Amino acid sequence: MNRPAPPPTDDELHALVDGQLASDRRSEVEDALAHDAALAERVAVWRSQRDALRQLHGDLLGEAVPAHLMSALDRNEPRQTRQGRWIRWGGMAAGVLVAFAAGWLGNAQWSMQRAGPALLAKAPAMREFVHDASVAHAVYAPEKRHPVEVAASEQQHLVQWLSKRLDKPLKVPDLASMGYTLVGGRLLPGESGARAQFMFEDAAGERVTLYIGILDNRTAAGTAASRETAFRFASEGPVPSFYWVDQGFGYAVAGKLPRDVLLKLATLAYRDLS
Amino acid sequence: MDARLIAEQIPSLRRYARALTGDAWAADDLVQDTLERACGKWRLWRVGSDLRAWLFTVMHNIFASQRRRMPSPHSVVPLDDVAHELHGAVDAGRDLGSGLDLQRCLMQLPEEQRAVLLLVTLEDLSYAEVAKVLGIPAGTVMSRLSRARVRLHELMDGAAPPSRPGLRRLK
Repeated sequence: MNRPAPPPTDDELHALVDGQLASDRRSEVEDALAHDAALAERVAVWRSQRDALRQLHGDLLGEAVPAHLMSALDRNEPRQTRQGRWIRWGGMAAGVLVAFAAGWLGNAQWSMQRAGPALLAKAPAMREFVHDASVAHAVYAPEKRHPVEVAASEQQHLVQWLSKRLDKPLKVPDLASMGYTLVGGRLLPGESGARAQFMFEDAAGERVTLYIGILDNRTAAGTAASRETAFRFASEGPVPSFYWVDQGFGYAVAGKLPRDVLLKLATLAYRDLS
Repeated sequence: MDARLIAEQIPSLRRYARALTGDAWAADDLVQDTLERACGKWRLWRVGSDLRAWLFTVMHNIFASQRRRMPSPHSVVPLDDVAHELHGAVDAGRDLGSGLDLQRCLMQLPEEQRAVLLLVTLEDLSYAEVAKVLGIPAGTVMSRLSRARVRLHELMDGAAPPSRPGLRRLK
């Protein structure tokens, strides 16, 4: 006569529910369940629990992946593909870069003469930062369909997200008194880490952007002066901007606007942020 | 090798992160961090090993380090405080209600138990894979799974209206 099979262990009951029990043992365990109502109930409960869990958030599997997740992948695409893409888009990108570089060099030369070489040479990180702000504005502000990664309708999420990426609690300044409301924002790469761009728009569709990022510590944190500065106006780059430094972070308000309007907006933003 | 392989996994990463964090925004933030880290460490993934399991490992390392810096607000909500919401949720409609109900009860589980339970049931990872993803011994996987199931059942039982005679009568 056969010895009865050993009673199922707890682990085996779980494995049965999860379909991970070896098939030769499965029939023995199922047999044991047939003779033990308490065991059978436990397994039934776990099975219905498992079914319920598998229904949970099932809609996410069929839903389109949000654009900002896909772009996270694009920004960081594994090297080989990125190279492929560079070859594909290389001609176009190179053209745009050359155009920007030429304009930038021309402008820089002009403003060097005006501002004096000392000021700009002291803060290469700042100069690069302001230029990035201006280029970012020129690239995204004309965008009709995708001006921002996260829209103003998800403002709380936007602020949370960008604060986390910049490792600094951010705030969206209120520019409503000048007729500008938030369109949204996006994350951008910078020389010394992540940068954030908030975009605002007035009733006429004129756009202004606020660009924020940490400045490279090696170059920027050396002196007290570079940790905090007054407003400065930059006309180099595709669009003009007012910029300032506060606690190691750079801020630039950029837009194709008259200097005095831009200054008013920058002042408003500065007051609201500090 | 290209990013499409990772892109294919995004929906299931999102679902898992959503169930794990209980919050749509936190979940997508976690997925985004995972994608960025995974792309950066692409070479650490060995061709031939399970990409999905590797992505979950990356996600868990990020999740764990975020939790060390900022403990979950959910872990300190006593069940009594949300009991009335749980009843409300169930009354609101059978399908939607039970989903909300289940997610809320899930959030009452300790995070390490929730992770094991979800990786096993939602993602169909083998017990051995779960041990690897979470960096814990196989025995710990089983004990956490067991505790998670028992506790979740208690929570669901307490939260649901007392109308499950089929299960109660057998006691």
